[in-house]
Amino acid sequence: MTLTPARARGADGTADTAGAARRARPAPVLRLAGGRVSVLVRPRTAAVYTGLLAATAAVFAVSLAVGDYSIALDRVLWALVGYGERLDLFFVRDVRLPRALAAVLVGAALGIAGAVFQSLSRNPLGSPDIIGFTGGASAGAVATILVLGGTTLQVSLGAIVGGVATAGLVYLLALKRGVQGYRLVLVGIGINAMLLAVRDYLMTRAELTEAMTAQVWMIGSINGTAWGQALTIAASCAVLMPVVLLLGRRLRLMEMGDSTAQALGVPVGRTQVMALLAASALTGAAIAVAGPIAFIALAAPQLVRRLARTSGTALMGAALMGALLLAAADLVAQRALAPTQLPVGVVTAVIGGGYLVWVLYREWRTGNA
Amino acid sequence: MSLERPSAVAGTEGADQAAPDSVVAAHALDRRTRAAARTHLLRAGGLLALLAALLFCAVLSIAVGAKDIPLPVVWNAVWNPDGGYDTSVVWELRMPRTVLGVFVGAALGLAGALMQGLTRNPIAEPGILGVNSGAAAAVVVAIFVFGLTSPTAYVWFGFVGAAVAAVLVYALGSRGRTGATPVRLALAGTAVAAVLQGLVYGITVIDEFVFDQIRFWQVGSLVGRDLELFLRIWPFLAVGIVLALALGPALNTIALGEDLAAALGAHINRTRTLVALAIVLLCGGATAAAGPIWFVGLIVPHVARSMVGPDQRWMLPYSALLAAILLTGADIVGRVLPATGELEVGIITALVGAPVFIMLVRRRRMAQL
Repeated sequence: MTLTPARARGADGTADTAGAARRARPAPVLRLAGGRVSVLVRPRTAAVYTGLLAATAAVFAVSLAVGDYSIALDRVLWALVGYGERLDLFFVRDVRLPRALAAVLVGAALGIAGAVFQSLSRNPLGSPDIIGFTGGASAGAVATILVLGGTTLQVSLGAIVGGVATAGLVYLLALKRGVQGYRLVLVGIGINAMLLAVRDYLMTRAELTEAMTAQVWMIGSINGTAWGQALTIAASCAVLMPVVLLLGRRLRLMEMGDSTAQALGVPVGRTQVMALLAASALTGAAIAVAGPIAFIALAAPQLVRRLARTSGTALMGAALMGALLLAAADLVAQRALAPTQLPVGVVTAVIGGGYLVWVLYREWRTGNA
Repeated sequence: MSLERPSAVAGTEGADQAAPDSVVAAHALDRRTRAAARTHLLRAGGLLALLAALLFCAVLSIAVGAKDIPLPVVWNAVWNPDGGYDTSVVWELRMPRTVLGVFVGAALGLAGALMQGLTRNPIAEPGILGVNSGAAAAVVVAIFVFGLTSPTAYVWFGFVGAAVAAVLVYALGSRGRTGATPVRLALAGTAVAAVLQGLVYGITVIDEFVFDQIRFWQVGSLVGRDLELFLRIWPFLAVGIVLALALGPALNTIALGEDLAAALGAHINRTRTLVALAIVLLCGGATAAAGPIWFVGLIVPHVARSMVGPDQRWMLPYSALLAAILLTGADIVGRVLPATGELEVGIITALVGAPVFIMLVRRRRMAQL
């Protein structure tokens, strides 16, 4: 029980002990360079990750092919490398590719950031909301739309400024002889509530059409994403994701409790700050491109843990799951009520929520709960 | 023999080394009983003070408003309604919102305390059972399908929506071998809430008329609620409040942890079901009446816990009174503060309550769950 991650703390332990008993079989270890580098290979995890990757690739390909002007898959492939009719080239390379890329990358960024926040706060409900990032970004963007009447770029900027300022404020207010997790969570709740109030106030006092624009932004949408936005999120992921993945091992140790991790040689404070910064920056980039898309950050880590039956946080898996969820959701948002395009946030909520309902229902049916 | 004496007792009773152990033990027991009695007296006094404060707020709420009516006239209008303009202001506008504010506040405070006690999660709030999103979805559908336009018209939709969502969440989270563990409940709630939120988003994006209504409803307000609405909803709130206050001792036992509580003979599943029922009544009624005011239920229990500690028998009444004071107080501030018009109570509770809450979090070591 001591080795079960601290996530189970304050919760019911029985489910985890049952899981641990099932997992007791030793996993094969892959040894490289004469045993100096070794990797634990868990067949189930590997299979789940491969499956997620394949599914994401499939959804990606389909989203390049279908639309009001549908293109056969072989022509899509030719268009990607620059051959084919001009219309094919235009739709595949200038319209659909940036949007599909943005969907996958934003999803991955949100998924991995969610996993970090859940690991740090040791709470399955932990998400970027906790440090007030999402709330600050929403309030910043809504204020930019409703008070300043800003352009898309200014709205993104407003969101980033709002998010960073709020996260910084929450951290500073929680700072008192070190940051204690519990205090951070509570301060985050308080600040978040204030921002929500400001946002709702602005929404009720604005003109209906402007409020509508703000609402669509708040739901989260990647309709009409251009290359510039896709490259923004790509660059952020390229820089920040390796940082987070490298911190993964320390984060897992810290889930056993800060003092245990300290005793095992983990620099707890520094890891906390670095992980928090990297995850916040990823969330910020995602929000700037797509708005605060609900549920991916919350659900992806939980879903992948249940699928792969890992005991601790699975950062890579959360990223893959997030990518798949958002790519699939965006495909549905485009096509469900075509030609009307829904904001993707509508679909992430329904798909993600529905899937989580199904997982819980299945656990109940098979008695695995 | 004196070596075996517990050091604390030996220290205080150091003078009479010769006294037999039974006498020492009796002394210690006596001292503890007296200390406990003092604490109880202090807490009961605090409860009375809070009751007085609530009474003061209620009187103030009837006496103060946008129209400047002198106190003697208000007094006269309360006791001898003469059908004049002042009487109708007092009886048709101020009286309903005051009574509603007290009831809704108490209900939200209790629901939050119960929810946190049930899930042992500091960021648990009644909304986790899907109550807010259930009510919102039902109200949105009611506006979309039937074109309803007033809070009194859609109060039943709100209540039924909240109840159905909560029952669904509880059924989903509580089946299986382990029953309603906190984590499963929270996940089920998140899942159902996400699906419903998606429905709300979808409809509001398609239909502007619905959005224009719901953006005012979702702020949470006591304005425009008549006596009719209160008469419809108060039995639910009253039953919920009584049930919640009666559940204190049972929740105390559950707080020991499931295994220990079960070993002590507590009916864990029965208690959980009753708590869930109370939350549905309280929160469904409050949300149906005033719209979602989520901040109060989340924060007030933390404040109450910092005053009286984790003992639910004291925590619950303190939460109820504090929340009622917060809500009526915020309603008065919202009426008096702006030069023209009013600020909704949901906005004021967050803007006024959050800084106070953060100050509390920083000043004291909050009692953990």
